[in-house]
Amino acid sequence: MERQLLGALNNKIMKRHFALSAFLFFCFVFPSQGVEFDAARHRMVEEVLSDAADTSASSGRAALSPSVIAAMEKVERHRFVPADLAAVAYLNRPLPIGYGQTISQPFIVALMTDLMRVKAGDRVLEIGTGSGYQAAVLAEIASSVYSIEIIEPLGREAGERLKSLGYRNVQTRVGDGYYGWPEAAPFDAIIVTAAASHVPPPLIKQLKPGGRMVIPLGTQFMTQYLMLVEKQQDGSVTNRQILPVAFVPLTGWH
Amino acid sequence: MSRPPFLAIGLLSACVLAYEVLLTRLFSIVLWHHFAYMIISAAMLGYGASGTLLTLLKEKIAAHFAAVYVIAATALAVLMPAAFLLAQQVPFNPLELLWDKTQPAKLLAVYLLMMLPFFCGGLGIGLVFAHFGKQSSRIYAFDILGAGVGSLGVIGVLFLVPPAQVLTVLTALALLAAAIAVVELKMRPKWLMELFLGLAVLAAVALPGMPVHLSPYKDLSQALNITGARVVEERSSPLGQITVVDNTRVPLRDAPGMSLNATSEPPPQLGVFVDGNGPSALTKFDGKLEPLAYLDQLTSALPYHVLASQELAPHKLGPHEVIWPRVLVLGAGAGSDVLQALYFGSAAVDAVELDRNVTDLVSQRFRDYAGNLYAQPGVHVYAAEARGFVNASRERYDLIQVALLDSFGTASAGLYGLSENYLYTVEALQTNLSRLTPGGMLAVTRWLTLPPRDALKLFATAVTALERSGVTDPSARLVMIRGWKTVTLLVKNSAFTAPEIAAIKEFSRTRSFDLAYYPGMRADEANRYNLLAQAYFFEGAVALLGQQRQDFIDQYKFYIEPATDDRPHFFRFFKWNSAAELFALREQGGMPLLDWSYPLLVATLVQAFAASVLLILAPLALSRCRRTLPSTPVALYFLAIGFAFMFMEIAFIQKFVLFLSHPLYAVAVVLCAFLVFAAAGSWLAGHWQNARWHATNKVTLAVIAMGAISLLYLAILPYLFQVLIHLPDAAKIIISVALIAPLAMCMGVPFPTAMMRLADTAEQAIPWAWAINGFASVVGAVLATLLAIHLGFAVVILLAVMFYGVACAALRGFA
Repeated sequence: MERQLLGALNNKIMKRHFALSAFLFFCFVFPSQGVEFDAARHRMVEEVLSDAADTSASSGRAALSPSVIAAMEKVERHRFVPADLAAVAYLNRPLPIGYGQTISQPFIVALMTDLMRVKAGDRVLEIGTGSGYQAAVLAEIASSVYSIEIIEPLGREAGERLKSLGYRNVQTRVGDGYYGWPEAAPFDAIIVTAAASHVPPPLIKQLKPGGRMVIPLGTQFMTQYLMLVEKQQDGSVTNRQILPVAFVPLTGWH
Repeated sequence: MSRPPFLAIGLLSACVLAYEVLLTRLFSIVLWHHFAYMIISAAMLGYGASGTLLTLLKEKIAAHFAAVYVIAATALAVLMPAAFLLAQQVPFNPLELLWDKTQPAKLLAVYLLMMLPFFCGGLGIGLVFAHFGKQSSRIYAFDILGAGVGSLGVIGVLFLVPPAQVLTVLTALALLAAAIAVVELKMRPKWLMELFLGLAVLAAVALPGMPVHLSPYKDLSQALNITGARVVEERSSPLGQITVVDNTRVPLRDAPGMSLNATSEPPPQLGVFVDGNGPSALTKFDGKLEPLAYLDQLTSALPYHVLASQELAPHKLGPHEVIWPRVLVLGAGAGSDVLQALYFGSAAVDAVELDRNVTDLVSQRFRDYAGNLYAQPGVHVYAAEARGFVNASRERYDLIQVALLDSFGTASAGLYGLSENYLYTVEALQTNLSRLTPGGMLAVTRWLTLPPRDALKLFATAVTALERSGVTDPSARLVMIRGWKTVTLLVKNSAFTAPEIAAIKEFSRTRSFDLAYYPGMRADEANRYNLLAQAYFFEGAVALLGQQRQDFIDQYKFYIEPATDDRPHFFRFFKWNSAAELFALREQGGMPLLDWSYPLLVATLVQAFAASVLLILAPLALSRCRRTLPSTPVALYFLAIGFAFMFMEIAFIQKFVLFLSHPLYAVAVVLCAFLVFAAAGSWLAGHWQNARWHATNKVTLAVIAMGAISLLYLAILPYLFQVLIHLPDAAKIIISVALIAPLAMCMGVPFPTAMMRLADTAEQAIPWAWAINGFASVVGAVLATLLAIHLGFAVVILLAVMFYGVACAALRGFA
């Protein structure tokens, strides 16, 4: 009981802190920083491109697709991080967003989006909305994005944020992501960013034949490896495990 | 004022030592690793810095001795909870250590805050020594007795009271120490005693338990953030804080690494967290096996399929029923692996779990929910440490299953890099193998890390264990498979047969698990379902079985040398050779591959060095003492014995952890024995003073004895422990104390002997001797851990002996 009360209090304080700093930021700091943010975002994308080129051998992608690059150029990451971190929003690193969650490193977001091979007209499911940044990047490419978050305040905030930023093709929901979003299934691509001990069978069921599912594994601040599950036309699945780093542990041993 | 405040000093000393032990508990709840080395170092820093302050302000303080003493005790009372509360406010996040440049400064802030209570405690105790110099041997006796009682007593208290509440208890005791001091020192006004007594009672009764804020990135914090989560049970003991979480809106559903082909899902489960880590699943069980089908979809189910393929040998058949297979689960937790054994029809299951609080959850508090799992026919549950249980057991098993109890997140982030683990060492595997029936096998499941780390280290450890057990062809007895998230290794007591290998292939194929190694495996059979850029696991396994095994281990970019009882850091994968390459790649996905715990240890060493120079040595160098710099032999002597004492103490604690089969009791018993017998040694040294023994001879004799005892122990302890491990705990504790006694007594000699010598020959060097010794203790506590990881505890002990030798030579320069 005491723990729950403390948790609630903590959330309240955090929210107030977030709201106040956001207010101050957008009133006084933001207007003068708009141009700088654009430049910073461009630099971030260049870094992401260089990382992607360095890791092309392990990721199996020669280069990021133009649509992913365009989405990364467009989505304003500083609107998805707490206001006091806006100044570092375009660093190529994960950042805390409260409730023990993080916004992923831009390079990882770009790589995951690219691996999903999302294209115009696609329907995408995301389990783990977080700040909503990944959903926004996907929404720049796909025609509809469905996103579920299990942490209530985080899901609500992300939903409001995406709405206020004009992402009308994103639908959010707070609740259990295990059974996916059956009303909107099947999906061309699914991304599962919320940690799970196993891949929920209902999600594999909701993937279209030929569809792709991406799952990052690791912990907050550290993505160990990515899983790319592809559903074949006959319903069977294959899995590729991708190390997002140009690091060969076995040099000289073949 | 002729009598020192003996009782007050004993109580104060008890508070400080109890606080030191308590902090290791609190830090493992708030953060991850037990941080023991950092807390010991902070404690030594506080003591050292207070010594320096006393030296500098000796005259000023002397006039107000009693008042300063009481103020120090009161400050200790206030700072014990306050420093911990403040340290929790510092947003130190180890996971961001390498991303965020401000994190090292935050770590330093935590370290300095934790030093403050020890500074006050050290000030109080040092003050009494300084003021009643002539009675120092009796003061020392009370001081050490208090320390011993404190370090042991806090363990007892932790069984009764949660750690956050123990902070309050210690505050009350420190205030009581102040009240007693008022009486013992005959201070005025008299109501001071009543005031402190009143405050002590008030603190005990009215102070609430201190809030303990878990890092938001711990598993429990994450689980509680999920909509619908609620805590349904909390228990606490020195072994850990247990939290049980239920969530009916977003159920737990723990099925680690379940096959992607599976269509079943786990039944309802409760999450059991220990110190905020986990969860291990407490699964709802109504006696029906169908809902447990998911347990057949995990890599850990493999050994049961191998056993099922074996022809039933006649000796395994009882007169009326099949008594087969007989399974031992090490690390049973809340029972997932026991359920798995029952699912596969095991006739007898022995389940071993360290913490009785955890087994009680299954057999008492949630007995109906768990379907009375631990009282099912054939199931026996034991509250014991796994290694000790196997050592003492005379049973033979068809399967020993080592459960996967640590959580994926903490393991993959390298959070255990510094911790010792006696389950995955060569010797542990050898012992397990010796407890198997002729066709039996040992199964170990680990999380999958990429590039492979745990799996290959475990494989290398198994190869070495088999070789040391006299097996000429280990390759015939090993099998490894990997899913998308877990790896399972089988080590068999005989060669795998053709039907068994066929069963392994079928099991893996139907679940899309990859074969990583089996006897006779072809390269084209590897890497089929969970595709990697290269068949790392198969290639690694083959290399580890080949002639060039050592070359492979040396060239591999992670540390996969087999773990041994002397170097039990299974989770250390950090290699200096790869650090630069990984650090350069940190923003290109390389960050998770850099074990953060190792850089943290190095950072702690650097800050311990800097802080002790600044707070212990520099103030002296800037004061009037700069005119009385000690001679090189004096400096060398006190530096050497400072390092040597810390090295000995930390290394022997580790050696006895294995024997006493219980990490926490071992620390308390060994620490207490070292303190008490070192004090006895000091007393003896003082006694010899009267007999006009020359200081050099005394120290030389003590060092020779110590060297001989250490070398003897290094040679015989492993065998002795093996023989005596069957004895009951009480006997083992008495034997441990008896073994430590002669060593600790010798170690108590060098410091006071040289101090007394200095008092006669070069009194002005005494403050420097204290300070240099303090500096060496602060740095030595961290350095010992670092050296043990690289060189093993045996080398740390040898280095300690060498340091004592250096001290002997240096002593000739000034005695």
